[in-house]
Amino acid sequence: MIQTASSPNLLVERTSSGLLQIQLSGDWRAQSKLPSVETIRQSLNEGPAVSSLEFNVTHLTGWDSRFVAFIVRCASLCRDRQMDFRGDGLPEGVRRLLRLANAVPEKRDARISGSKPGFLQNLGEHAVKGWEGAVGLLAFLGENVLALGNLLRGRAQFRWADALLVMDQCGPQALGIVAMINFLVGLILAFVGAIELQRFGASIYVADLVGIATVREMGCIMTGIILCGRTGAAFAAQLGTMKVNEEISALETFGISPLEFLVLPRMVALLLMMPLLCIFADLISIAGGFFVSVGMLDITPTEYLSRTVHAIQLKSLLLGVGKGCFFGFLVAYTGCLRGMQSGSSAAAVGEATTRAVVTGITAIIASDGIFAVLCNALHI
Amino acid sequence: MRCTFEAQRVNTNEIKIEIRDLTMAYGSYVVMRDINAEVKRGSVFVIMGNSGSGKSTLLRHLIGLRRPAQGDVFYDGKSFWGMDDEARRAQLRKCGVLFQSGALWSSMTLAENVALPLIEYTDWSASDVKDIVRLKLALVGLNGFEDYYPAEISGGMRTRAGLARAMALDPEILFFDEPSAGLDPLTSRNLDQLILELRDSLGATIVVVTHELPSIFMIADDSIFLDADTKTMRAQGNPSELLKQSSDAKLRAFLTRGEFSERGATL
Repeated sequence: MIQTASSPNLLVERTSSGLLQIQLSGDWRAQSKLPSVETIRQSLNEGPAVSSLEFNVTHLTGWDSRFVAFIVRCASLCRDRQMDFRGDGLPEGVRRLLRLANAVPEKRDARISGSKPGFLQNLGEHAVKGWEGAVGLLAFLGENVLALGNLLRGRAQFRWADALLVMDQCGPQALGIVAMINFLVGLILAFVGAIELQRFGASIYVADLVGIATVREMGCIMTGIILCGRTGAAFAAQLGTMKVNEEISALETFGISPLEFLVLPRMVALLLMMPLLCIFADLISIAGGFFVSVGMLDITPTEYLSRTVHAIQLKSLLLGVGKGCFFGFLVAYTGCLRGMQSGSSAAAVGEATTRAVVTGITAIIASDGIFAVLCNALHI
Repeated sequence: MRCTFEAQRVNTNEIKIEIRDLTMAYGSYVVMRDINAEVKRGSVFVIMGNSGSGKSTLLRHLIGLRRPAQGDVFYDGKSFWGMDDEARRAQLRKCGVLFQSGALWSSMTLAENVALPLIEYTDWSASDVKDIVRLKLALVGLNGFEDYYPAEISGGMRTRAGLARAMALDPEILFFDEPSAGLDPLTSRNLDQLILELRDSLGATIVVVTHELPSIFMIADDSIFLDADTKTMRAQGNPSELLKQSSDAKLRAFLTRGEFSERGATL
C-alpha cells in the first residue's frame, strides 16, 4: 500500500492476544476513496478470536463525518461479534459525536416498514378509496346544487364582485388562447377535409364539414379543455392554497359557507362565460376553415359563407353552446372539488391541481361521448 | 348580543365553556381522550402541551371544525355539538378565532378582511362599517394599513390583522392558535399584553393554545396541560400555582424548560 502523508490509510495490527489495534492515519477528509471496514472484518476472520478493538490515531491529520460513520460501523461490528469497543484512542470530537448519536436509542417503531401490502390488501384499499371518492363527488355535487338553490332564492352568501372578477379571469383574459387554438383547429379540419373532398370534386363541402364539426363538437370541446387547463387548474390551486393557509377554516368559523362564498362565484362565472366563449370559438374556427378554403381551393368567400350558413342548423348551434355550458360546469366543479379536497401541504396542492385537470378533461370527453350517443338516439 | 367597550370584568365564577369527556380522533387513531375542563367567563384559559400533543386539534373541536369522537363541548350550558348547523353557526358568530399566522383571506385587503364578517352579519351602512374597520385595525396598531394585501405586510402584522378580524363582531369568546408562533420576543410580548387588555376592556373570555412559557406565565388565569404519551390531560389550574404545587414531573419539566427533570434525574 502506498502511503503518503495526506492519503487516508488503515492498518490493522494484533498487539497482544485478543486485542486488535486499528491504526488510522492521513487525512480522512480527502475526497478519495476511504479504506473500508471490510479490511477489519477480514483480519478478524483470519486470525484467532479477538475480544476487543482499539484505535490509534497518532498520525491522523484530519477527519469529517465520513470518518465518524466509519467508526460507527466499527462499533456496530463490535456489537455484532460481542467484542469490546475501546474508543478512548479516538479524537475528542469524534468521541463526543458518538456519545451524541447513541444518546437517544433508536425508536424501533419509527422506521417505516418496507413490507409491501399483498394483492388483496391493495385491491381492498383501492376499492375503499374509490368508493369514498365517488361518495365525495356526489356529496359535493349535492352541496353545489343546494348552494345554487340558495343563490336563486337570494339567500346565498355570495358576492357578485367575486363572480365578476373570476368572469374577467376566465372570459376576456382567455380570448387569446381560445382564438389561437380554435383557429388552428378550423384550419386543420379544412385541410383534412379538402384533401379528401377534392378527389370527388366536392371541395365546396369543406364549408359544411368545418361548420358542422366546429359548431357541434370541436368548438365546445376545445374551449372546455383549454379552460380546464387554464381555469380549472387555477381554481384547484387557489382553493388548495387557501386550505393550507387555513383561510377556509377561517370562513367556516365565521359561519360563512366556503361553498357559497368561494365555489359558487367560480361556478356562476364559468356557467355564464362558457356559452359566450363557445360562440366566439365557433366563429374563429370557421374563420380558420375559410382561410384554407379560399386560399387553397377555388371557392369564393361568398360561396363559402353561404354554404356555411346553409349547413349550420340552429339546433346544432344550440347543442354546441349547451354542451359548452355543461363543460363549463364540469371544469368549475372538478377544479373546486379537487381544491377543496386538497391536503395541507405544498405537494398536496400540486397534486390537487393535477387531479383537477385530469378529472376535468376526462369528464369533458366522457360526457361528450354520452351526448353523442343521446343525440344519435334522439335524431338531433 | 354584543358586548360594549364599557364591559367590565364580570363575575368570573360563571362557566362560559365546558369541555366534557371529550375524545378526539383522526379515524381510528385516538389523539386525546377524556378531556374535562371548565373555562370561566372573562378569564384567559391556556391550552398547553408539547408539540404534537393535540392542542390545536382541541381548539378545532371547540370552534366547530372537527367533530368529537366522543363527549361534547358546552357553551353557556348548551351542548355545542348537539345543536343543529344553524344554531352552531349562530354560536360561532359569538366567537372570534385567530389562526396560526393570521389566515387572512389573501385576495382581500386588510380592510376587506375585517369588513367581511360585518357586511355578512350586520345591516350597518358602508360608512359605519368603514369606521369600525378603522377602529379595529387601530386597536391592533395597524392604523393606515387598510388597503394593504396580506402578502404585503410582515408576519407579525398579519397576526395582528387576523386579531382585528377575529374581533370584528365583538365576540364574547376569542380563540388564539399559537399567536406568538414565528414572532420575535418583543412582538409576542406586545401581543400578550394586547390579550390581557382585551380580557380587561371587553370582558371577553379568551382561550389560547401555546407552548411559549413566558406567554403562559404572563397571560394565563387558568390552563390545562395535554400530554401526548398518556393521550390525555394531566392537570388543570393556574400555571404558577401548578408549578408550586404539582408533583407531576412531566408537567414541572414542561413549565421549567426541562430544568426540573434534569435535576430530578441527578437526584
